[in-house]
Amino acid sequence: MDLSRKKKIFTALVLFVVLAGCIVLDVVLPSYHIAITVIKKATVYALVAVSMNLLNGFTGLFSLGQAGFMLLGAYAYGVLTIPVAKRAIVYQYFDGGVIHFSLPEVFGSIFGTAVGSVIGMLIALLIGGILAALMAYLIGLPVLRLKSDYLAIATLGFAEILKAFFQWNKLGPVTNGSNLLKSYPVFDHATPYVILAGLMIAVILLLINSTYGRAFKAIRDDEVAAEAMGINLAKHKRMAFIISSFFAGIGGGMMAMYSGTIAAAPFKSAMTYEILLIVVIGGIGSITGSVIASFLYIISSEWLLRGLDSGTFLGISAPGVFKNGFRMAVFSVIIMVIVLFFRKGIMGERELPDLLQKRSKKKKGAAK
Amino acid sequence: MKLLPYIINGISVGGQYALIAIGYTLVYGILRLINFAHGDVFMVAGLVMVYATASMPFYLALPLAILVTVILGFTIERVAYKPLRSAPRMSLMISAIGVSYLIQNLAFYITGGVPQPVTHPIPWISDQVMLLGVSTKRVTLITPVLTILLVLLLVYLINHTKIGMAMRAAAKDFETAQLMGIKINSVISMTFVIGSFLAAVGSMLYFTNYPSVAITSGGMPGLKAFVAAVFGGIGSIPGAVVGAFIIGLCEELIKGLGYTTFSDAFTFALLIVVLCVRPTGLFGEKVTDKV
Amino acid sequence: MSDNVLKVDHATMQFGGVVAVDDLSLEINKGEIVALIGPNGAGKTTAFNVITGVYQPTNGAVWFNGKKIIENSPKGKMKKEYLGSNGEMFKECIDPTPDHITKLGMARTFQNIRLWKSQTVFDNVLIAKHCRTTSNVFSATFRLNRKEEAKQRQEVDELLKIVGLDDVKNELATSLPYGKQRRLEIARALAAEPSLLLLDEPAAGMNPQETEELTAFIGEIRKQFDLTIFLIEHHMNLVMDISDRIYVLDFGKLIAQGTPEEIQKNQRVIDAYLGVAEDA
Repeated sequence: MDLSRKKKIFTALVLFVVLAGCIVLDVVLPSYHIAITVIKKATVYALVAVSMNLLNGFTGLFSLGQAGFMLLGAYAYGVLTIPVAKRAIVYQYFDGGVIHFSLPEVFGSIFGTAVGSVIGMLIALLIGGILAALMAYLIGLPVLRLKSDYLAIATLGFAEILKAFFQWNKLGPVTNGSNLLKSYPVFDHATPYVILAGLMIAVILLLINSTYGRAFKAIRDDEVAAEAMGINLAKHKRMAFIISSFFAGIGGGMMAMYSGTIAAAPFKSAMTYEILLIVVIGGIGSITGSVIASFLYIISSEWLLRGLDSGTFLGISAPGVFKNGFRMAVFSVIIMVIVLFFRKGIMGERELPDLLQKRSKKKKGAAK
Repeated sequence: MKLLPYIINGISVGGQYALIAIGYTLVYGILRLINFAHGDVFMVAGLVMVYATASMPFYLALPLAILVTVILGFTIERVAYKPLRSAPRMSLMISAIGVSYLIQNLAFYITGGVPQPVTHPIPWISDQVMLLGVSTKRVTLITPVLTILLVLLLVYLINHTKIGMAMRAAAKDFETAQLMGIKINSVISMTFVIGSFLAAVGSMLYFTNYPSVAITSGGMPGLKAFVAAVFGGIGSIPGAVVGAFIIGLCEELIKGLGYTTFSDAFTFALLIVVLCVRPTGLFGEKVTDKV
Repeated sequence: MSDNVLKVDHATMQFGGVVAVDDLSLEINKGEIVALIGPNGAGKTTAFNVITGVYQPTNGAVWFNGKKIIENSPKGKMKKEYLGSNGEMFKECIDPTPDHITKLGMARTFQNIRLWKSQTVFDNVLIAKHCRTTSNVFSATFRLNRKEEAKQRQEVDELLKIVGLDDVKNELATSLPYGKQRRLEIARALAAEPSLLLLDEPAAGMNPQETEELTAFIGEIRKQFDLTIFLIEHHMNLVMDISDRIYVLDFGKLIAQGTPEEIQKNQRVIDAYLGVAEDA
């Protein structure tokens, strides 16, 4: 059996096991179980991290606007899906708001409640992505001409501006000002998250391995050479920026789904930093790495290392040391160690199928 | 003149931003690095001041806070930036973000996540005084004066001392400076020491006006000071100072006009406009890339 | 209109107060190999950068296959500071980006090799085909362009065979020995399907034997791909061997032009350049 076929089978097998495992967990465990929560959150982070990797890792554009685009996606989702009956309570300071429809209900009346509301939810997610993409198009025109660190700070600034707008009282009838959006429909089980994020990540993977993805990598490796070889820098950078933002927007919508409430405040630069650090841990330029790192990060911070914050860890009880905040402190030290000493992260630039390669390469060498 | 208090405040805030902005501009001038951790160094200075003044008289506490801050700045450079000197710029920036994350999380652990109240650490400067019929704190008036004095001192240091000359050389051409026998590592350390020192002074003035120091308190002023540095022309000290005063003033005026929500957003909008129209800022030098 | 492929018309490139290229005019006819020589710092690479759209000339125009592709005249602050001549000659402003010019059929290599470092030999060449892709990002992502992709891959395979790199096609570009990297850069430029190939010091850093191989190689690809070639070079053996005509730059100015024999005899060239070269 040749290598590429082996790789395909291996990848399919891994994906199948992951999906099957997730479905089993969904059936066996109640939806509030920590494992389900962790899977939901980790898949959302994985999607956003991959979208950031597309830009920072594959196109070489150091952008820090991810939180801003997620904010757009989250708000779009919330605003479009809150049931009409609940709007009066949610928008209590704004007379029930100005939007008097809810996509899941609209589609529910056409396709029946169960199917229709799922369609409505998915379309709301999609609209969030499209809004984020539009915004990326608009700000991309001026911002993408900037170079590395200037681009970083400009996108960071843009995200802050967006946050301010969503908290502005005058926009309250739509955004609910600085009050929470809540009571919108969400998926309770983990499987829909895994499937959704999985599909999105698959699309990004396909893009990266297409002729456009190769052009992105050429821009990352050497801009001048890429331009000399006929790759239009402005067009391709904008394309990467828009696509990355689209998926960040969808990720934002899913984040809203996961958390159950939406406010502008959490979508701050710290969130972007967190995602960036996940990308770094996984390996800049590896999709698989970003996914694995998201899971590691969320599993350990939400679950395994909880004990570090609450007095007892691995059976050791030391309430004086293991108190609130110790978990994140330990975590950030680990991150710094990775940033400084393991700059390639977990995966470097390898992907899931490449994990097979190591062995087979040795074999090939021995045969020679 | 209902805007007068805001103008006075704006000048004061501008002075505080200026002290932070210089740290950014000096480091960027030499390492071409946005030191994302600088805002957090600023926050740590505030925290140390709070803790120190609670247990000792202020004339001991303030120098101690400055010393701790300077050591922190120095250590960050040695541990997190020096090993990456030959790495791509993106790695350096990621390291800076990592340091920022680390400092905030450590501060969270130490403070328990509770904002630490500032209880008039320095006597006399928090007193109310009258100026042009406006009641304000004395620190508001002291800040711009102290800022200008420190900046003049710094400019003298850079233009007339040996280490200043070395800093200018390193900013002009890192590699050549190294070849000419300039001890580049000590120049960079010196830059971080100066930057942290000024940030510590800025921090004391800044937090005297605020009820408490939270772990995220450094982020915003840090970013704004960076914007000021870019606005003035990154790498230029007068630029950073002028930029900081302009931003401080605009921000307070916007608050005065009743758009408090947008006072932060304005700064970033200004940044994006400046970057697009004149990326070199008010006083920056043009850099061209070679093919 | 003669059948010249490239025509540079009174091009001047001024950086601040330095005139790097001064009133340069030249023509290259179809099928020719033309060399641009001159001492270090004469402005040869700058001339290349003007022709390929990397720099916008301060003044002058460039024609390619009978079409004007670049034109500029001193404007704004430059109007006062302009030190060159013919400042009133040009009116229009045409400032295409380099990728645009490449798509018109002009491809180049670089003096200091600029391969895509993290890519394999095969991918380096394949990426250069991207500018000839007709599928959009959507059809490319969802693999609706299988035919085109397969065709491009096949063309790259053939090209690699022709240039003799097919045995290393899955190696990282940067793992190749120096001479092969140079060859790969040329292959990459060829993949963009140019009619005019610009080579910036293709033999830089090569030993005499490698240079000889390269000379033969350039001749071969000219025949095989029906190319016109414009090159900058310091190896006089190579230049004199393969050039049909030579232009000589000194301090940004054209000081001589002609066949290799004429240039070898030209006193101005000998004074400026050949007299101090290490071999001639």
